[in-house]
Amino acid sequence: MSTTTPPTEHTAGHTAGHTDGHTAGHTDAHTAPTTEPTVRRAPQGTAAALPSLARVAWARTVLELRQFFRERDAVVFIFAYPLIMLAIFATVFGQGGATVGPEPGIPFAQYFLPGMVATGVMLSSFQNLALSIAVERDEGGLKRLRGTPMPPAAYFLGKIGSVLLTSAIQMVLLIGLGSLAFGIDLPTTADKWLTFAWVFVLGTAAGAVCGVAFSSVPRSGRSASAVVTPIVLVLQFISGVFFIFNDLPTWMQRVAEIFPLKWLAQGMRSVFLPEEAEAFEVSGSWQHEATAAVLVAYLVVGLVLGVRTFRWQRRDDG
Amino acid sequence: MSPTTAVHVRDLHKHYGPKRAVDGLELTVEHGEIFSVLGPNGAGKTTTVEILEGYRHRDRGEVSVLGTDPQHGDRRWRSRLGIVLQSADDQAELTVAELVQHFATFYPSPRDPEELVAAVGLTEKAGTRVRQLSGGQRRRLDVALGIVGRPELLFLDEPTTGFDPEARRSFWDLLRSLRDEGTTILLTTHYLDEAEQLADRCAVVRDGRVVALDTPAALGGRAARQVMVRWVEDSTARSATTAEPTALVAALTARLGPGEIPGLEVVRPTLEDVYLSLIGEASHHDLEEVPA
Repeated sequence: MSTTTPPTEHTAGHTAGHTDGHTAGHTDAHTAPTTEPTVRRAPQGTAAALPSLARVAWARTVLELRQFFRERDAVVFIFAYPLIMLAIFATVFGQGGATVGPEPGIPFAQYFLPGMVATGVMLSSFQNLALSIAVERDEGGLKRLRGTPMPPAAYFLGKIGSVLLTSAIQMVLLIGLGSLAFGIDLPTTADKWLTFAWVFVLGTAAGAVCGVAFSSVPRSGRSASAVVTPIVLVLQFISGVFFIFNDLPTWMQRVAEIFPLKWLAQGMRSVFLPEEAEAFEVSGSWQHEATAAVLVAYLVVGLVLGVRTFRWQRRDDG
Repeated sequence: MSPTTAVHVRDLHKHYGPKRAVDGLELTVEHGEIFSVLGPNGAGKTTTVEILEGYRHRDRGEVSVLGTDPQHGDRRWRSRLGIVLQSADDQAELTVAELVQHFATFYPSPRDPEELVAAVGLTEKAGTRVRQLSGGQRRRLDVALGIVGRPELLFLDEPTTGFDPEARRSFWDLLRSLRDEGTTILLTTHYLDEAEQLADRCAVVRDGRVVALDTPAALGGRAARQVMVRWVEDSTARSATTAEPTALVAALTARLGPGEIPGLEVVRPTLEDVYLSLIGEASHHDLEEVPA
């Protein structure tokens, strides 16, 4: 009963399909002569050039931005979170002109701004990508994209483009809020803003590649925020974001030094705090070289891990 | 392999540990036909199709899709394919129009997004976010995204699962119009009527191999030659399967006649009976002589 019909056998329905094909082939043969009349029409698609990587990457960036700002969770817990925290901290602890460090001291709001800037960078890059990619993988969005001629690089460029834009907007709002609502003095020298630029770019890049790599850790899209959020929260507590770093136990400072958020926050303190605050650092220095080294190390390790472990499909799917 | 061949599979094998998901499967799909791969869940349909689409790597065998080995398919090759996966619930916050326009940017000469949205019957939903679509509308969007690049070959993996009858019918019309435009369609389904309605040819897959390959009519016809005759003899229900029912009835008349043979029935199996017997879920005892 289970005889396999030879595939070459021409059956009724099959022949009908052929006839269609031949008609189309002939139609084309009039316009473009071909030596093989049996070859079906060359679809118009084959002749036209594939869209460039830059064009697709830009289309991805725009789409990612749209998606990000429509996702209420992302807007609240990634984009607005540092703004909300700055407002709360500056209001609660900044009352009555409280200051941090030796006399004359730094106003509370000013001391906390760099921490919130660092947190914003980490949330917009690491947390954003670790969560969104885990969910896209789980829901089948990545698999669908992989089945199209979209260049894979365009996907990652789109993620990076949207992360850079969202975090840049976030930085403007955060620094603007600090300056306008809490009277924080902003740096005035180009030197300081140059430091801000490289710490921001390196931090965002490192956070983004680590986010891509980390997106493979949660077992499902649903569990992603349960896995990612506590890590981010713990880092905020031990890295001098919510507490004054000097006040933390030494062992906790050592642990924090392993992770990039501590260095990101320290780099941002070097931008937003006055020169005399450098002496108040645990090491007595802003440690720019060490900051750059740690961020670059995370960038390289994250990139290698991300490239090696990235999957377009769920773990249980091929 | 002739130049009219869109898909060519020889001796395909894919194992997951000890499980042989695909076990020596062979098939050929010609350009311009709707080819249906029919089989129960777990027969190896999806694994096979995902090997053809380049998602999975085969253990061994020969595979050619539009003249290319899917394991080495490049962007140009992918731009000639359309893939509609089994299920996806991604991109919930984007609208129908945004998604179709976005996917159009991946292809060298895409369809007009607005016309495409109209062709799949979603014009009224063009500005609606994907999360608010019904299952059938969602599936139409999936198809729109699969054909936005004017594919030569379209893969559809169980496209109408969960559809109501009316939605299925209009979905079938959509597929027929694509075929009429010259698109080759490879469709997996576990609905027999879907294959019967749409397919020019169908392959029945069971345990990772093709157990029958023919037009739906011929598949049904072949087995329809085996006819079941039922009657009552000595107060017992009897049945027999035969290619010559007339001779059997004549013999019965001679033995039990003259006059009416009690409880006489002559039944030709439907395509469904054939299919069920092919995939081994049939009551094959129905097709054998049994004292009831």
